[in-house]
Amino acid sequence: MALEFSAESEARIQRALEEYYDRQAALLPVLYVAQDQFGHVTPEVTELVAKRLQLPRMHVESVASFYTMYYKAPIGRYHVQICRTLSCAMSGAGAVIQHVKKKLAIGPGEVTPDGKFSMEEVECLALCGSAPAMIINKTNYENLTIEKVDQILNACD
Amino acid sequence: MSELVLSKRFGKPDSQLLATYLADGGYEAAKKALAMDPDAVIEEVKKANLRGRGGAGFPAGIKWSFMPKDDGKTHFLCVNADEGEPGTFKDRALMRHDPHQLLEGIIIGCHAIRADYAYIYVRGEMWEEKAILERAIGELREKNYLGQGIFGTQKNLHIAVCTGAGAYVCGEETAMINSIEGKRGEPRLKPPFPAQVGVFGLPTTVNNVETLSNIPHILKNGGDWFAGLGIEKDGGTRLFGVSGCVKKPGLYELPQGTNLKYIIEEVAGGLLDGKTLKAVIPGGSSCPVLKPDEIDRPHSYDSMRDVGSMAGSAGIIVIPEDTCMVAAMTNLAHFYAHESCGQCTPCREGTHWLHLIISRIEAGEGEMEDIDLLLEVCHNMMGTTICPLSDAAAMPMESFVTKFRDEFEEHIRLGRCPKNGQLS
Ligand SMILES: Cc1cc2nc3c(=O)[nH]c(=O)nc-3n(C[C@H](O)[C@H](O)[C@H](O)COP(=O)(O)O)c2cc1C
Ligand code: SF4
Ligand code: FES
Repeated sequence: MALEFSAESEARIQRALEEYYDRQAALLPVLYVAQDQFGHVTPEVTELVAKRLQLPRMHVESVASFYTMYYKAPIGRYHVQICRTLSCAMSGAGAVIQHVKKKLAIGPGEVTPDGKFSMEEVECLALCGSAPAMIINKTNYENLTIEKVDQILNACD
Repeated sequence: MSELVLSKRFGKPDSQLLATYLADGGYEAAKKALAMDPDAVIEEVKKANLRGRGGAGFPAGIKWSFMPKDDGKTHFLCVNADEGEPGTFKDRALMRHDPHQLLEGIIIGCHAIRADYAYIYVRGEMWEEKAILERAIGELREKNYLGQGIFGTQKNLHIAVCTGAGAYVCGEETAMINSIEGKRGEPRLKPPFPAQVGVFGLPTTVNNVETLSNIPHILKNGGDWFAGLGIEKDGGTRLFGVSGCVKKPGLYELPQGTNLKYIIEEVAGGLLDGKTLKAVIPGGSSCPVLKPDEIDRPHSYDSMRDVGSMAGSAGIIVIPEDTCMVAAMTNLAHFYAHESCGQCTPCREGTHWLHLIISRIEAGEGEMEDIDLLLEVCHNMMGTTICPLSDAAAMPMESFVTKFRDEFEEHIRLGRCPKNGQLS
């Protein structure tokens, strides 16, 4: 069955088209709208976005593939992104990453069998003053310790 | 205690809201500026000696004066909020705590460069900051401080929040312009410069969040006052971010040209107990590393250049004695290899080889020739590419190897990392 945008997504797309200079300039925001609805960006999703914005399919495909925050494969309901870069690494990020991998029994880019969690090691999140840091979905967590990470992950339902 | 300019309202209740900003005298500078000739605004900013806070330190007033006049074209201001340089976390704070300070700076900047549109390009992962800015823009639209005929003048201005999607290179101004146009964030060859051919092919100025957040204060208190806060040719205060092995990591607003050693030892409380200093990266990961005997000097664009590094984004990373410098370099080499956009062969191949060779040395599998090979790779990456990312990767890498060569040799001699890859 062909994909369709929901009414809510369509309203967000309308707003993006009003906000930006032309249809192409709305592409990055609309790809997020699509990702929010469909979970990740498949070829069917880029086709739908291309049709909606009247842009060449190849252009949409090539833009989606350039940016890492458009996920090409499914992620978990909780997507745990832990900073691995120097300031965090010097403040204990290595131990936090090891702990999360062990606790969730997954590696970077993998999803737990129940679809609840996925994890990724990411580059500097601009939270270096409160390292180590991570983002789960759209929320930041700072000054992490193993105990704090346990509490945060245990509270995910 | 020196004067706080940018961070004065940080932490106050509801500092994000228009009501509190107005109560603190907000948007008076914008009204004043809108009644002035645009060129007079530019002159005031020139007088302030405000240098760009995005990293390169280009004088803001001079950059604005590059914009064409009376060309009949639509002009744009693109605000660089892509903050991704490892060690840097100031623009996030400025957006989070005082979005209206930034928006007022944007309004004044748009008047000066005769722009009708401003796009704030916010890093993809900064969800909260995007929402804060969107709410603040909504408050301004309701009051007709944005839209048609703002503040009852003839000026029209549309400000919108654009979003990145996870690419460090989009912080480079021409990559950002491509990304705002809905394209891959690949840097463009210069010339043409953005002031001639920028976003949508039209005249554009790109400024950093912190640069613009200073503007309302310059208009309110005068360029001379601002210049007097800093040092010669380098006015104002700066948000210094201190991270790594210090007692009090965080963001500190201090005059331009504050002594780097003083920032680390006094302001940030010195190193953690029992630790001694090995190295300092003074302005984000793209700046060459300094040894402890090189830090007793002003943190300013010129002073950092004189010691062979850069002031960059003023993100100061403090590295203690027990950190393995080969492991630290491997960490950063991974970053640059991941972030190269791949358009230029020296950068694409160079960042990849640097990471490969340095990982080999860190794993104890390196040969003595590898050290000179690293330096040769760095050398081939410099000065030959479309954007400065290649240099920004090569310069710090070269400094790690030349300043801490003994550690590299030790890894190779022992066939292992003597500190077991210790970073913390
Ligand atoms: C690879 C690379 C990444 C950059 N990232 C940023 C950034 O995140 N934020 C920023 O303001 N400038 C960044 N810059 C510098 C911009 O290209 C540009 O010089 C700056 O935004 C101009 O603003 P300013 O004159 O107000 O400093 C980056 C440059 C390069 C080469
Ligand atoms: S120098 Fe590197 S990041 Fe910059 S354009 Fe060339 S390949 Fe891309
Ligand atoms: S290094 Fe982790 S947030 Fe900057």
